[in-house]
Amino acid sequence: MSVASQDTAVKTGSIAKVFIYLILVLFALFYLLPLYVMLTNSLKPLSEITGGDMMSLPKAWTIEAWLSAWSTAQVGVSPTGLRPYFINSILMVVPAVAISTVLGALNGYILTKWRFRGDTLLFGLMLFACFIPFQIVLIPMARILGILGIAGSTQGLVLVHVVYGIGFSTLYFRNYYASFPTELVRAAMIDGAGFFRIFWRIMLPVSGPIAVVTIIWQFTNIWNDFLFGASFAGLSAMPMTVALNNLVNSSTGVREYNVHFAGAIMAALPTLLVYIVAGRFFVRGLMAGSVKG
Amino acid sequence: MGFLDISHVSKAYGSVQVLHEVDISVEEGEFIVLVGPSGCGKSTLMNMIAGLEPITTGDISIRGRLMNGVHPSKRNIAMVFQSYALYPNMTVAQNMTFGLEMHGVPKAERDRLLADVARLLQIDHLLERKPGHLSGGQRQRVAMGRALVRNPDVFLFDEPLSNLDAKLRVDMRTEIKKLHQKLGTTIVYVTHDQIEALTLSTRIAVMNKGYIQQLGTPKEIYDTPANLFVATFMGSPAMNILPATIKVRDGVAFAEIADAQGRLQSLQFSQKNLASWDGKEILLGIRPEAITDIDGADRKSQNIQRFSNVVTVIEPAGSDTFVTMTVSGRDVVARMRADASVAARDRFEFAVNMDKAVVFDPKTEARIPG
Repeated sequence: MSVASQDTAVKTGSIAKVFIYLILVLFALFYLLPLYVMLTNSLKPLSEITGGDMMSLPKAWTIEAWLSAWSTAQVGVSPTGLRPYFINSILMVVPAVAISTVLGALNGYILTKWRFRGDTLLFGLMLFACFIPFQIVLIPMARILGILGIAGSTQGLVLVHVVYGIGFSTLYFRNYYASFPTELVRAAMIDGAGFFRIFWRIMLPVSGPIAVVTIIWQFTNIWNDFLFGASFAGLSAMPMTVALNNLVNSSTGVREYNVHFAGAIMAALPTLLVYIVAGRFFVRGLMAGSVKG
Repeated sequence: MGFLDISHVSKAYGSVQVLHEVDISVEEGEFIVLVGPSGCGKSTLMNMIAGLEPITTGDISIRGRLMNGVHPSKRNIAMVFQSYALYPNMTVAQNMTFGLEMHGVPKAERDRLLADVARLLQIDHLLERKPGHLSGGQRQRVAMGRALVRNPDVFLFDEPLSNLDAKLRVDMRTEIKKLHQKLGTTIVYVTHDQIEALTLSTRIAVMNKGYIQQLGTPKEIYDTPANLFVATFMGSPAMNILPATIKVRDGVAFAEIADAQGRLQSLQFSQKNLASWDGKEILLGIRPEAITDIDGADRKSQNIQRFSNVVTVIEPAGSDTFVTMTVSGRDVVARMRADASVAARDRFEFAVNMDKAVVFDPKTEARIPG
């Protein structure tokens, strides 16, 4: 394929090529600029920043700001650093992603392979979850969390994110399973596999690509969520995003910009990590060869 | 009471009736082919035998056991799907033994059955491969192997050859027939290919629009089609159907047909009971191979009629030569020996084997039995 397309492609002149790459490199640098600023300034002592030079490399390299942001900085009223909130976020995001992905996979399986009267309508209604703005559900959700007795807790946040996430994860899995040959399910039925056995042994093993997409999507959204975290988490369950905001807005003493930069990078790291790790498993063509000759 | 009994089975989706009162009784060891154009209900009927679709009314029983509402896995059937439906994440061996595993057969027993079937189908060397690394023909074998290891009462084949290329299809067809002869299993086979139906089956059920049009041996279906649909659907090239007027002279019936120039000629019927149709229009059905040159005519036939006509087109096809002409305003195809000396646009003397001719009532489209 690549050979053919190289042969048949219109030849681009070398001057044009240099020009194209120059522009691309410039754009890349431009987009990397904020990261550069954040990284360099998080590794400087505060005096170098307040001295007014944001763009230069640190004269004295130090990880003091990172240590402070992690364990001693003033967040809201207590000098705990971001660590407890980072743990809160992990405790919220892992179950929320896992549960919404599994439920989405089950929903997609049922909506495509165990069709029933009104399934399309039901699916349409579930899609509303993708379109309803967060703000609309704040008050009813607060009421429900109150009734369930999990207001202000991590479990409460997990519930909120699962409920909101099912719409998306169902959409992804349903559309993926729609192209999964129903004959495979029928063959498994004749072979004697039941509802969950078919799901576990036949459907899930080929769901890798869509599971990765769903996990990346859910993880990013839930980790980065601020509104639900700010609205429903008590002090003890506060997630990273809210804590970062409190760190930056704490009004005692001088503004430690280097600590703020370090905290912001910390808050962004897990999503980056998920992209790098999960992206590698994003392999296509798992379905190749199941059917047809 | 047969081995597999389908009695008064109907299927409706809401108000749409897709199968009407189907009755088939299959004996043990029979190879039944359900054939018909797409949408005739043949796959629906097969799915109901498999238990993948509920039966609206009527009964299906296997070995005298009523199967209505019984789960597919408890019917002791195995099915080969059109797309093979091999589990992509499992090896060939796992694919073939999955059903046994689900039925709680111990590992040692599974391995023994797998080895037997793999040897029978000559797929021993493929057992550790994934379906994605197999060719179409190999996948087909694995799909059959998966059905065979179960040792079911009834095999269901749902258009198993339609995804193969032409050459492989013919090979696998022979393979399936050999397998049936060797194992003597009961097979229900769905296809839209009338050649497959004729070559494989012990009996054929020709279906159209949710009705069984005719149920019979390949010879019955081919020689004495029950109606116009069966006559034109089975056989390639299709049976020639031409309007003719019946004339009775001295108690003997003749078909009066017009050649390309509109000249009327008569063909004497072998069939005796047409006196009451004197002067009426009928539809005359003649298979292409019943129209030949004089030398090529069937020597066993009691009644060869001569018919002279202008040849329109000649299509040599290697083993045969197809000759097209116009009779009573319709195109008629004759199938001749390859070396028959025919030329296009010439007048030619044809021999028509009237022993093989069939007569249809133009109103009901049913055959007038002889």
